Amino acid sequence: MAKHVLRVVAVVYVMLLLVLPVALIVWRTFGDGLGPFAEALTSPSALHAFKVTVVVAGWAVLANTVFGVGAALLLVRHEFPGKRLLGAFIDLPMAVSPVVVGLALILVYGRFAPLGGLLESWGIQVIFSTPGMVLATVFVSLPLVVRAVVPVLEELGDEQEQAAHTLGASRVQTFVRITLPGIRWALGYGVVLCLARSLGEYGAVAVVSGRLVDQTQTMTLFVEERFQNFDQPAAFAAATALALIAVVTLLLTKLLRPKDRSDGN
Amino acid sequence: MAIEVRDVNKSFGTTPVLRDVSLDVAAGSLTALLGPSGGGKSTLLRVIAGLERPDTGTVLISGADATRLSPQRRNVGFVFQHYAAFKHLTVFRNVAFGLEIRKRPKDEIRKRVMELLELVHLEKLADRYPSQLSGGQRQRMALARALAVEPQVLLLDEPFGALDAQVRKELRTWLRRLHDEVHVTTVFVTHDQEEAIEVADTIVVLAGGEVVQAGSPGEVYDNPANPFVMRFLGPVTEIGGSLVRPHDLELSQDPVEGGSPAVVSRVVRLGFEVRVEVEIGGHEAWVQVTREQADRLGLGPGDTVHVRPAPGARSLALAL
Amino acid sequence: MTAITVRPSSRVAGGTAAGLGTAVLYLSLIVLIPLAAVVWRSADEGPGYFWRSVTTPDAWAALTLTVGASALVALVNLVVGTVIAWVLVRDRFPGRAVLDTIIDLPFALPTIVAGLVLLALYGPQSPLGVNLAYSRAGVVLALLFVTLPFVVRTVQPVLLELDTEMEQAAASLGASPFQTFRRVILPNLIPAMLSGTALAFTRAIAEFGSTVLISGNLPFKTQVAAVNIFSQIEGDNTTGAAAISTVLLVVALVALITLDVLQRWGSRRG
Repeated sequence: MAKHVLRVVAVVYVMLLLVLPVALIVWRTFGDGLGPFAEALTSPSALHAFKVTVVVAGWAVLANTVFGVGAALLLVRHEFPGKRLLGAFIDLPMAVSPVVVGLALILVYGRFAPLGGLLESWGIQVIFSTPGMVLATVFVSLPLVVRAVVPVLEELGDEQEQAAHTLGASRVQTFVRITLPGIRWALGYGVVLCLARSLGEYGAVAVVSGRLVDQTQTMTLFVEERFQNFDQPAAFAAATALALIAVVTLLLTKLLRPKDRSDGN
Repeated sequence: MAIEVRDVNKSFGTTPVLRDVSLDVAAGSLTALLGPSGGGKSTLLRVIAGLERPDTGTVLISGADATRLSPQRRNVGFVFQHYAAFKHLTVFRNVAFGLEIRKRPKDEIRKRVMELLELVHLEKLADRYPSQLSGGQRQRMALARALAVEPQVLLLDEPFGALDAQVRKELRTWLRRLHDEVHVTTVFVTHDQEEAIEVADTIVVLAGGEVVQAGSPGEVYDNPANPFVMRFLGPVTEIGGSLVRPHDLELSQDPVEGGSPAVVSRVVRLGFEVRVEVEIGGHEAWVQVTREQADRLGLGPGDTVHVRPAPGARSLALAL
Repeated sequence: MTAITVRPSSRVAGGTAAGLGTAVLYLSLIVLIPLAAVVWRSADEGPGYFWRSVTTPDAWAALTLTVGASALVALVNLVVGTVIAWVLVRDRFPGRAVLDTIIDLPFALPTIVAGLVLLALYGPQSPLGVNLAYSRAGVVLALLFVTLPFVVRTVQPVLLELDTEMEQAAASLGASPFQTFRRVILPNLIPAMLSGTALAFTRAIAEFGSTVLISGNLPFKTQVAAVNIFSQIEGDNTTGAAAISTVLLVVALVALITLDVLQRWGSRRG
């Protein structure tokens, strides 16, 4: 009896909070067939927003993947004073509001800030431009790759790497042939999480982009702007597209989740 | 000398693990580093391989100073206790790894790997992944992988430690035969004295980070340098303030010259051998006799017997 | 054969130093210096100005709403999150695997989309006839949506690892199912439950995107702190925005430090 009550509570809660709202948007979007959906997403503004999103997310994922693997190796395979502090700093972005991220970047990289002014004099505009949006996206998604890779690297141990060394492999050869294959699923998991977060970031990008339509507008900004301008079909279509990306992400992470894979085969 | 270790010291933090260790390993020999856990034997092996750097001292491999050489450049074969199998590579690719790193031609790699897999009886499992092998098979794969690069020395860290007793015995015999076939200078670490005696031609006993004794198995067993080595290498019992091997004692019912009277407290039959526990002058001791001897003497608890060292028995006086 | 010099063990190896330097530089340029700039700017005009910025009626209302709503949301998650985790681990019914997968949807779904879908079902055009738009209930709903996975995903693994023999032992000693739960299972779950709750709370006080559409951003009524900061930035009052941001950062850090303490407590007991 108690078992059924709990089951009903869990299912109803998730249905009302999660499933029905998302299903409703999808239904409203496709209610009139695929035509309006395709039309809304192929407008010049939507296509431009899509392009901006891909560029920003692409750079952010690249930067955080390289940093993530390097930082994970540092945290797991090396000893140095202040290791715990470095770990804490890497987790810090999780605790910061996206809007605060935006403000923080404006205060350092804005036109009237010292560093921003310097970059501006070299012809690099950061805030209200792509570099600032990349920085904001990197900030919010920074811990994801590191945190996905660290536990697998710990579990992997360093014996295989030592064995490779004794067989004559250099550091780079060992990394490429032994370490990387050992962490590939975890890395894939981290990259997918990072990509999803990057594609979906709204608050931090809203602040640093200046929300210039057809210039610095990403998909998420497009959704908000279309909705506020009473263009519901376009807002719903873009939201549905983003929701579909989220669902694909979810299935991918399910596939790649390290705990479901005990070995690399 | 294939390996010369000179005055090596190594500490982890403030704990000294190796103290002034010096060691010579003759070319073509099969040497066991024997000792209790925490005695420094694995660390010494890792120092030889370059996986640990000594704080002071030098390591020479084939006469050349290797102290500062990275493991990558030492050309030693190292077999890890837990195999360190490359999980994402097949058995074939595991064994081929060192040769691929050395950019050998494909045909040559294929030929050499198949030879080695035959040597370790894994030729039929070349396309399997390590997770599909048993512990003993993985260990043989690790050995083939280490041998593939034609190392100057082969180092094995507790090679059979993670295997069950039956497989361990088989692999011991097999390692001895393998060594006779390939003749590569081999050093292995073990805490099992039986394993060391059975396999090695030289035993180096390490305890407390120091070399306590080195010699052939016979020497170390028969002329132990101190009570610790004697206890570590085989069963001992204490009679008249001396350590003696229980199989070096004789029992008789009648008083004999040089014998001491003792009272039997228990008789334990362990298959062929019989363990007779006695009390001599208030001390407990035991004597190992054969079943025939025990039957002949017809011993039971409470009987009085006379114990004396057999002719040629080695004993070691304990410092009082 | 000369002895090599003793290497001081405290020295950091060359490769480590280079990697560490790069990582610290990256973190500094993107995270640490900008965050320090926020705190620095908040103190720019002195403590009096900081205090006035934080206690302007609209900012204060936003902060109290944010902390209050987040606390409520954390509490709901503590209970419902644990129930969902329990159902996912111990119950078997068709669709359980689907439920298990979609729990993570709020992590993957962009927050602005989360706000939009909630507004569609619980807004003025609600097919259910429930209109929570522009109300505090709408804010709470949005925060519940984005924080759903935290408690579930921290409690679930602990529950999975929990030895059922322990429960059987309790039962064999005469404990009723409820007693077994209260005396055996719950004490083992509490560290994870509290960790998840602290994470949900931290996330809720920082939340922006999901509340933008459904709350209507009415100052004194539905405006949360992040939205207040946003409007101050738009109004070019960066010092005021920095002051409120600093308060949010401090609250988040306190929550995270509490979480760290809880985790150590949990691991010591575990």
